[in-house]
Amino acid sequence: MSTDPPAVPGDAPVPDLRDGGLYGLLLYGVSVGFALVVSAGLVAVTGNAWDSVAGALADGAFLAPGRWGETLAVATPILLVALGMVVGVRAGFFNIGQEGQLLMGALAMALIGTRLAGPGPVLLVGGLALGAVAGGVYAGVAALMRFRRGVPEVISTLLLVFVAFQIVGFAITTDWFLRDLDPNRPSQAVTSAALPGSVRLPVVTLWGNEVTVGFFLALLGAGLVAFVLSRTVFGFKLRLLGSNPRVAQQAGVSFGRAGATALFISGAAAGLAGASMLAAGASSARLTTGFSNEIGWQGLLVALLARNRPLLCIPVAILFAALRTGSGFLAATGVDRTVVDVVQALLVLALLVPPAVEFMRDRRQVSIAARATEPA
Amino acid sequence: MSDILSALGDIFTSPAMYGSAVRLGVFLAFAALGELVAEKAGTINISVEGSLLAGALGGAVAFDMSGSTVFGLAAGAVAGVSVAMVAANMSHRLTADQFVVGITVNVLVLGLAGFLDATVSPLGGRAAVVGVPFLSDIPVIGPALFSQTWPTYLLYGLIPLTWWLLYRTRWGLELRSAGENPQAADVSGVDVNRRRRQAVSYGGSLAGLGGAFLILGQVGSFDVGAVGGRGFIAIAAVYFGGWTLRGTLAGALLFGMADAFRLAVPVLGYQVNAQLLAALPYVLTLVVMYFITKRFVQPAALAKPFVRGLR
Repeated sequence: MSTDPPAVPGDAPVPDLRDGGLYGLLLYGVSVGFALVVSAGLVAVTGNAWDSVAGALADGAFLAPGRWGETLAVATPILLVALGMVVGVRAGFFNIGQEGQLLMGALAMALIGTRLAGPGPVLLVGGLALGAVAGGVYAGVAALMRFRRGVPEVISTLLLVFVAFQIVGFAITTDWFLRDLDPNRPSQAVTSAALPGSVRLPVVTLWGNEVTVGFFLALLGAGLVAFVLSRTVFGFKLRLLGSNPRVAQQAGVSFGRAGATALFISGAAAGLAGASMLAAGASSARLTTGFSNEIGWQGLLVALLARNRPLLCIPVAILFAALRTGSGFLAATGVDRTVVDVVQALLVLALLVPPAVEFMRDRRQVSIAARATEPA
Repeated sequence: MSDILSALGDIFTSPAMYGSAVRLGVFLAFAALGELVAEKAGTINISVEGSLLAGALGGAVAFDMSGSTVFGLAAGAVAGVSVAMVAANMSHRLTADQFVVGITVNVLVLGLAGFLDATVSPLGGRAAVVGVPFLSDIPVIGPALFSQTWPTYLLYGLIPLTWWLLYRTRWGLELRSAGENPQAADVSGVDVNRRRRQAVSYGGSLAGLGGAFLILGQVGSFDVGAVGGRGFIAIAAVYFGGWTLRGTLAGALLFGMADAFRLAVPVLGYQVNAQLLAALPYVLTLVVMYFITKRFVQPAALAKPFVRGLR
């Protein structure tokens, strides 16, 4: 019988395939199937054929020329955000303001890239580093509120997103800050200047697809997070804090310090994601208020869907990126592209069910066994 | 400096400002009242944002179909409660983490709203303004409180109802015990998770009503961004009020006032940085939470899942 520890937020037991594995697989199959059927139903209700929609999604994501390189480029910031989320959740903290932290990272990158002169590679590395710091500091505000005053980070990080939108809005409408000062700019241009061509992440061409170097760096990041969490003292401290804060404190892990570090890292990852998006040329390498484009939310969902396992985040991030890039091809089918948002959320919701059901089943077996061994 | 003071004086003496503060505050109060009940039972119900949006969407669609505000409000409440029931069952029947569930449900509703907005394009409309005789003649607060669109007055009935349910019924006592000491409640025969599900659902119905009110009683047209994080401000209002009914309403009114201030400044002809104004309600909420959160005792089992036999 399984004696898994009780489900802890974000650390739910993965079904053990040796013990009742078939049951687990069946649960997953049914849940995902249900999500897909509901999605197909939604498409059908609006009077469209779901198979043509699926075909368009596949074309846009992978099959059409040059598309899978694009998909990997979109997957890069999503993966980075997800990795940060993983670190936070494993330590027991829900930073859900990645959308804002990502914007702050992009803002820092734009400042370095368009307002400083210097050799391109130096500016690039400096911008990425400062972007990560900016994202981390922005999450640090929430950490400060949490550890000094007990304000739940779930609420503060989220409120900070709305502030971040306004900060970016202010930056790109203010001449001395980030507004594009090119005299030839369109009269109503409210964007930053484009990042110079020398301050961009290089691309490599693989089988006719242009893949940004950032993707490989994000892969390395996933490996790094997996290693740190499972093989280092620091990672162990974080996980201990996440699974049992009281024990962690008795073992000498400082709730405030370790927690703030976890929140900082999760913000820094989102900041890095924003900086790398800008450096990879997203939205013509110009900062706008809509720049984050819900990448922060996507990363968050990816981490949830991957059950906070860093390496599992990689395929899930690619899947989510594929839905996004694929949705660009939906216009021809007459289905609104926002349908992929629904599909994504339904998938995440569906995948929350099986571990919870298994947990309940395990508990029931424990209590049945306990009753059986009771003296009469 | 004196310019700023006289401008502030101008803004804070304008009756329009108080009218809109009450309108925005009422919208928040619907959600905050429901959230208070959910938190009293031990859930930080993040899905209140989703319930608000679902209520707004449901209200607008139903109003378009029937042309009736009553029907729109009812549909809003139904939409809000359906969203809340998904969240409640996931987190208090299946014991999935309440934050994870809340976030996911919010994203789902946002996606659905975007999709339906693009497919159905609901319009919505605005209910009639009805002045309460005599009461609306009271200077300053009279028109602000009693000369509003009629769905506003629903809240005035829901406040005592919620108070009565929470503090004067057996159900309310059991609900609060589920939030304070679920183990003790459980051994005395209270179905803790059932009470929590009911609390979240009650909260969702109020939030749905609030969302429908936003469209039908205030803005007059549907927009996917209409709710825009106000659900989280409603949660902050509960914190602000220290988990009391009175305080929660005061919080909703305060944050509504910040919103109204933002709208009143440009109308009265003052030039203030637009982004600063737009950020104001959120910044104010953050600042207030920083100073106030530690001063109150929250329900002891807030945000802690209950599974019999586990602590």
